[in-house]
Amino acid sequence: MSPDLVVHGVEWTVKELFVYPNEYIYWSIQIVMYPYMTGLVAGAFVLSSLYHVFDQKALKNIAEFSLVFSLALLPVAALPLLLHLQQPTRAMEPLLTPHFTSAIAAFGIVFTTYALIVVSEIWFVYRKYFVEQVQALKGKSGLGNSMNRTIYLVLTMGAFDVGEEAIAADKKAAKILAGVGIPVACFLHGYAGFIFGSVKANALWMSPLMPVIFIMSAVVSGIALCMLTYIVIMEWRAFRNRRGTSGAIKLPGAEEKVVFEAGRYLLGFLVAAISLEMLDLIFRGYTAMKSWDILRSVMYGKDFVNIFFLQYTMGNLVPFILLLLPKLTIRRTVVALILVLFGVFMMRWNVVIGGQAFSLSFSGYMHYKIPIIPHSLETYKEGLFGALTVIAIPFILFSVINRFVPSLKSEGHDL
Amino acid sequence: MTCSRRQFLKNTVTTTLAAVLPATAVVFLTPQELRAAIENKKTRWVFLVDTNKCVGCGMCVKACKLENEIPYDAPVTRTWIERYVVTRDGEVHIDSPLGGRDGFINDKIQDEVINPEDITKAFFVPKLCNQCENPPCVQVCPVGATYQTDDGVVLIDRNWCIGCGYCIMACPYGVRFFHPVTKTADKCNFCYHRISKGLEPACVQACAFDARKLGNLKDPDDPVTQVITSERVAVLKDEYGTKPHVFYLGLDENVR
Repeated sequence: MSPDLVVHGVEWTVKELFVYPNEYIYWSIQIVMYPYMTGLVAGAFVLSSLYHVFDQKALKNIAEFSLVFSLALLPVAALPLLLHLQQPTRAMEPLLTPHFTSAIAAFGIVFTTYALIVVSEIWFVYRKYFVEQVQALKGKSGLGNSMNRTIYLVLTMGAFDVGEEAIAADKKAAKILAGVGIPVACFLHGYAGFIFGSVKANALWMSPLMPVIFIMSAVVSGIALCMLTYIVIMEWRAFRNRRGTSGAIKLPGAEEKVVFEAGRYLLGFLVAAISLEMLDLIFRGYTAMKSWDILRSVMYGKDFVNIFFLQYTMGNLVPFILLLLPKLTIRRTVVALILVLFGVFMMRWNVVIGGQAFSLSFSGYMHYKIPIIPHSLETYKEGLFGALTVIAIPFILFSVINRFVPSLKSEGHDL
Repeated sequence: MTCSRRQFLKNTVTTTLAAVLPATAVVFLTPQELRAAIENKKTRWVFLVDTNKCVGCGMCVKACKLENEIPYDAPVTRTWIERYVVTRDGEVHIDSPLGGRDGFINDKIQDEVINPEDITKAFFVPKLCNQCENPPCVQVCPVGATYQTDDGVVLIDRNWCIGCGYCIMACPYGVRFFHPVTKTADKCNFCYHRISKGLEPACVQACAFDARKLGNLKDPDDPVTQVITSERVAVLKDEYGTKPHVFYLGLDENVR
């Protein structure tokens, strides 16, 4: 075979026993990242809606941050899909000629709807701030100021009315959008679950519970990431403030009240996610269909460490205990959150990669050897560094967006 | 007769609606759709594999690769042959080195030497796309790049496939793969370019043992149709509800 001829999947697939000749791990790390990132988006939005719709006052700070963070995460939910396409230049085709019997066909539509909701909710929440900035920067000299003012001018979209009535209307609009956004966010992610759950050829994926499991774990991971990022940023600012000599005002770190309240929601969704996954597992074992022999050998044998140690024990059980033990501290919460995020990632991994760990012939196995050091575009995209790129982008985006839409405030101080 | 402006507009709208609404109820058919709707389809391509006759020589795989320009040494193939060896202890040993392209010249199966004394039965099974009546690959294609023709063959539009791999995941038979050159999904299409000109598929032509045959299920006089309708034939994995149209004679229960 000539060296420039790349057969997709051969690079990272190791076959064992009898596997059909054309079978490879076609869906690799980027397809693990896709439901993971989508889940984070959906979860972040649900957390913000808990405040906007259900008026959970304790969550105010983290809710505003979550909303903006979910915008930063949004483009990254679509990026893994783009990266894994063999024909990335044709990425727009599902919008041009959608074939609606396919679960993927509606992705663009669902995704765009959701993006519009998030962007318009942010606009309603921050419109007053934009107007204030335009007024505050008026007449100030300097290129930076005038550029900022232009940006804010554009952001206001010509709506300068900050009277009581207008602000009340903004609040109402934000509330409605947050309310509509919850089912849409759940749909966006439940739909990612449907993409897998509806593949009848795959014994591990095919399950009507898949979309629900995906939604629950999505909310878990979204809340966890928002809490973690919130804590890290707030503590870092407090730390810098303590170190700085000029810091006249003492900045508080992350607020325990906020963190612990969000933690309670996290626990609730975590219990729901684990229950559903267990139900799925027990049901498969009990009904013991034709595929159970190979599934069992994968779950209890080849992937045992990944599923039962890394996902269920380290990713679910340990953080569950950490969050429930009395005298919870921020530090202990951080450890639990990192474990939860890791656990949800492992769940995605075990679904996507685990679903391809056995042959359709039920007579052989495939192992995924993730490309670490890339030596071609393909091994970069479908390897460790491709995944790291996807993870890094939302944080970069957030730092840019947060410059214009300050979502992190602590009591009285605008940061 | 007086006609106020309001009345005039009202009448215009009513007339337009009255004219347009019944028109929307009419479905416009393309000539092909019309022909399909008024006359019965004349062709439904089917395939017949006689596993009793297959000797695993690999000529079909070779012919297929050359005819359909699947890079010869790339480890993907539109058709392949599986070797099954069942031993006394009930174990089933299966392999398909290079898809059986070079025949089965090695006694070892999955690096295991099997004592000929222990073998109770052994046979070869050629595989190819089943051209399902209810193809899951067509169902899941997000852009409609893979589609079913009127005569039952599932084709792929290489200029429209986005390479998402969903069809590859959806096929229970593992017949699909990414073409290493075009970077689009690929699979057997019964050599559609040949059969639509009255030729045989490359693999059928290459098979010296008559193990592979193509037929038209709509033609009762077709020899393949006669075998399918009068003899005991089986299909692969019917539990997926795909209604495969590659029929097998002498299919063993161990075949996956």
